[in-house]
Amino acid sequence: MSTLIHNGSPRRSAMRRWRARLAHFGVTGWLGMAIIAFWAAAAAFGPALMSQSGDLGGGDVFAPMSAAHWLGTDYLGRDMLARVVEGARYTVGVAFVATLLASGTGTLLALLAAASGRWIDGTLSRALDTLTAVPSKMFALLMVAGFGSSVHMLIATAAIIYVPGSYRMARALAVNINALDYVTVARARGEGTGYVMLQEILPNISGPMLADFGLRFVYVVLLLASLSFLGLGVQPPAADWGSLVRENIETLASGGAAVIAPSIAIASLTIAVNLVIDNLPGRAARERGAK
Amino acid sequence: MNGLLFRLLAQRIGLACLSLLAVSVLVFAVTGVLPGDAAQEQLGQEATPESLAALRAQMGLDVPAPQRYLHWLGGLLHGDLGTSSTTQLPVAGLIASRLPNSLLLAAVTALFSVPIALTLGISAAVWRGSWFDRGASTVAVAVVSVPEFLVATLAVLVFAVQLGWLPALSYVSSVDSLGQLLRAFAMPVLTLSCVIVAQMMRMTRAAVIDQLEAPYIEMVRLKGASPLRTVLAHALPNAVGPIANAVALSLSYLLGGVIIVETIFNYPGIAKLMVDGVTQRDIPLVQACAMLFCAGYLALVTTADLCGIVANPRLRHR
Repeated sequence: MSTLIHNGSPRRSAMRRWRARLAHFGVTGWLGMAIIAFWAAAAAFGPALMSQSGDLGGGDVFAPMSAAHWLGTDYLGRDMLARVVEGARYTVGVAFVATLLASGTGTLLALLAAASGRWIDGTLSRALDTLTAVPSKMFALLMVAGFGSSVHMLIATAAIIYVPGSYRMARALAVNINALDYVTVARARGEGTGYVMLQEILPNISGPMLADFGLRFVYVVLLLASLSFLGLGVQPPAADWGSLVRENIETLASGGAAVIAPSIAIASLTIAVNLVIDNLPGRAARERGAK
Repeated sequence: MNGLLFRLLAQRIGLACLSLLAVSVLVFAVTGVLPGDAAQEQLGQEATPESLAALRAQMGLDVPAPQRYLHWLGGLLHGDLGTSSTTQLPVAGLIASRLPNSLLLAAVTALFSVPIALTLGISAAVWRGSWFDRGASTVAVAVVSVPEFLVATLAVLVFAVQLGWLPALSYVSSVDSLGQLLRAFAMPVLTLSCVIVAQMMRMTRAAVIDQLEAPYIEMVRLKGASPLRTVLAHALPNAVGPIANAVALSLSYLLGGVIIVETIFNYPGIAKLMVDGVTQRDIPLVQACAMLFCAGYLALVTTADLCGIVANPRLRHR
């Protein structure tokens, strides 16, 4: 009996757990999921599907919405829909990679800190605390001043800025798990630090860290958009949504679609992620725990 | 005041100074050391060994990095911030001409946003679950999860373009009367306040709700105190620490928001100066501005910490 449970149940119970989680999703949660899926698909397949390439240009400048140009045209007469879809690639792609790096590094360092001795823990925590003493936009400006601006640089900058946050979150969770009996049992069994980190602690903090990932993704999107808006992020002719707003800001006075479309794109993405996070079960409990 | 409290406060302040020192190392490393040889970059293709050596000597790059750092740090402490590499003017003078503008903007914003945020936050906490709370919280989430430049462009669209009430750009030089002051500051302050109020309101609401859910409040209700008395006389005094903490922390968001707002509205403040410095890669200017911002940020965060400690009665009366 016990072997049966041992063999058959983990996957099934994991599926059931996921199904139970999804059942908690409210309408707003599903709406958020749909918007995220839409932008992810736009970033992945959009440019291949679009007939009009972004650098065509030459048409009417700031043309209004029409059948030929669904979102009008930009300051060089390029099709705005194509620009926004291409921008999705930069905004969603760069932010996703940067968040993945930040969250992954932060979680790994936190596991290391929790599972190993006081000395490593103390050093890591102090070092990363120093980074949080610099406001995020300020650090981004410093990096751009020092290294110039490129996509790789932006990813590295955003990743470095958000490592301390996810480290702190993961460490708080991991330290609690580390004090539980089954971790002590694993250690007594003679398991190494790596095993304790990855097999005992990581599975038990992955849920909250996923929510944290979403939150940090929003921060990264906002940071990158702001940098691009200042002209210090993604450089032309490439454009993310922040640069699109910057490029077409002159049409703001007439309420043109060229400036409203990328703005709505940014807002829809960040609000969608927030909606999904708010609908994750146990959110309230985590908020209380995080304080 | 007692010994323990004093020791705690001194410890926090000492820690903040240490952090600032660490930050200065970080700032110097990111801008001055890690990117490689600035002289090489400036000369580019035309670099001959002689011209390279001469420029290095002129920029002080022939000295090892730790020594350069100490020299720079010593200069900072003496108020000598170096010379801007683009304008060749002393950085201290550039900053001194811009800093009052930024401080004024921050002060006016704080003056506006703190009372509004506290009122909104406390009322949302008292009537939590009501339509007012839900509406205010939803708007706050929306504002927080949208970049500042979007709030700013929306504000321009509504108040300057559609309604035509306010000028879209602001120039502080032309301030003679209160009316002009209001007009010049309206857009930047409005934008900054939106973001700060949303942050502060959320944190204040959480702090007050935390108190309202404590057992002693139930006791107060059971003994028959009116709702107003429950909140003002019982919950608020205990929430002062967390609220002061929230206010100081939210004000530290000013430092990030001001970068965007000053650029959009072309406001002659210190953040605009720094963004221009970054665009032109004027390293001495960027370093000085960054240190100034980080010092301000640390001061606010530490104040938040200190408020929390001072307001904790368990530490005060021991």
